[in-house]
Amino acid sequence: MTKIDYTRISRQVRETLIKMAYGAGNIGTHIGGSLSAVEILAALYMGVMNISKGGLTSETRDRFILSKGHAAMCQFAVMHQKGIVTDEDIATFKQNGSLFHAHPVINAERGIEFSGGSLGQGLSLAVGTALGLKLKKNDTSSIFVLLGDGECNEGAVWEAAMSAAHYKLGNITAIIDVNRLQLDDFTERVMSLGELEQKFSGFGWRTTVCDGHSVDELIAALSSEHSEQPYCVLANTVKGKGVSFMENVASWHNNRLSKSQYAQALSEVGGI
Amino acid sequence: MNINITSANIRTWSRIGSGGTFGQTLLELAKNNDKVVAISADMTTASGLERFKTAMPERFFNAGIAEQNLIGIAAGLAKEGFIPFAATQAAFISLRCSDQIKVNMGYMKLSVKLIGILSGFGIGIFGPTHMALEDVALIRAIPNIVILSPADCLETTKAVNAASELNEPVYIRLSGGVPNPVVYKDDYDYQIGKAITLKEGDDVAIIATGSMVYNSLKVAEILAEGGYSARVVDMHTIKPLDTEAIMMSCSAKLIVTVEEHSIHGGLGSAIAERLAPLKVKPPQLIVGVNDFYPHAGEYNWLLEQSGLTVPQIAEKILSSLKN
Repeated sequence: MTKIDYTRISRQVRETLIKMAYGAGNIGTHIGGSLSAVEILAALYMGVMNISKGGLTSETRDRFILSKGHAAMCQFAVMHQKGIVTDEDIATFKQNGSLFHAHPVINAERGIEFSGGSLGQGLSLAVGTALGLKLKKNDTSSIFVLLGDGECNEGAVWEAAMSAAHYKLGNITAIIDVNRLQLDDFTERVMSLGELEQKFSGFGWRTTVCDGHSVDELIAALSSEHSEQPYCVLANTVKGKGVSFMENVASWHNNRLSKSQYAQALSEVGGI
Repeated sequence: MNINITSANIRTWSRIGSGGTFGQTLLELAKNNDKVVAISADMTTASGLERFKTAMPERFFNAGIAEQNLIGIAAGLAKEGFIPFAATQAAFISLRCSDQIKVNMGYMKLSVKLIGILSGFGIGIFGPTHMALEDVALIRAIPNIVILSPADCLETTKAVNAASELNEPVYIRLSGGVPNPVVYKDDYDYQIGKAITLKEGDDVAIIATGSMVYNSLKVAEILAEGGYSARVVDMHTIKPLDTEAIMMSCSAKLIVTVEEHSIHGGLGSAIAERLAPLKVKPPQLIVGVNDFYPHAGEYNWLLEQSGLTVPQIAEKILSSLKN
């Protein structure tokens, strides 16, 4: 098997994202929190998860839930690299009525497990899915959920975290994209999350922290064997990663690119 | 349906109330369908699920006092091919987690069955926090969710059974006190979306749902004493609404809707929406809880505070007919 070139994949995903963002025109896109999640999703889809174009409805597939639904464009761009999402799908991004829009739309044919967009709900879906898999005696499939750190403001995240530990759902891995920003400002200023890792471990989860832009570190962290505890990977990232004028700037949560910004962004991501 | 409909069972169900009847019915369904699972939110006994929990512990889950998580867990189970029945108090399973209901059941159409026990004033003794007078209004505004509101405990078993066979999201609103008065003494044909005319009459058409069906039959007796004949319809499905049954009621001089729910957004509103475009139609009297929260109290006292006892409803109808 040929070695996967994650550097090239991440670069291509970022290029696709910038093109999608510019192509969407004045309506803007959730580009900041998508750029922070590139390596996380690349590691999951290209390296860690048992998901293939031919097996999107297979019982033994791994289940991926995008709880931070606003990073849908990144999920589409990574699935595009995987060959699941087509060029035509990407071309319809953010067009009126498209299934490939600001947030994921449930679509078995394209491997989108659930619709999303309202924050704080993905982890509960993961708990229900995990209980369902256990009842079906499916102990091979894993469930991966990607949450934002700002999303952890939602109380429902903690209802779900409590229940995942209570039911010993070791088949769940939650990845937190810790980009330290939410819509208004830095999380620390909007609503301090305190010690996020300790919060999860206090709820009975196994935890680890890694560099969310290092695919090697992510794959090592995400390849952990199932245990009796659910597992949380806190991936430290930079919101807007790869585009200098977007990095760590809250206003790029959802924004539009001017022509000159587009040219600059494209050249910068090409240079990573 | 593998549930024995006998006079003895009908009496038992009436005695244990609609919550208990739901739990017993679900256990019977689960014995024959290994996809049926039950989830509670720390309300196992009141939901009649103790026996289910004991008989099949692997298919019973408690979400704790966490209704948002309850809906999400049920949705995940539904996605994996199970038929999840999520049950807790109607006040909390509807309003507390309405966004989860919208996204998972309305938008994604995941086949979750929500059971709202003790709706209306069922547990009004604990005050307005525990009253569910807005649940139908809220869920009715969300697309793609079937809303069932059984008139008695036999109809509860039929609703639960029908919901289990329907691959769509369903909300079952359980109402009425304990014991729960018997409307149906014998087996009958129940179909989701098909209202049942319990009594024919020409002057007034009373369309009622849930606990108010029994009261409406009693109201019809009082009206008969006054020389008015009343048709009484059990509108056990609030969504989709049986339009034909409403049209048939338009020959009466007055249409009356009766529900143990706010006058805003419930059965009365649903029927008014259907009647609105008609050029010729009888006036409609909407009987329900008039946009207020009564203080805590016993079930019958709360009905009286809200004008929902049999004599009060009859009085309202007589006064409308005379005007």
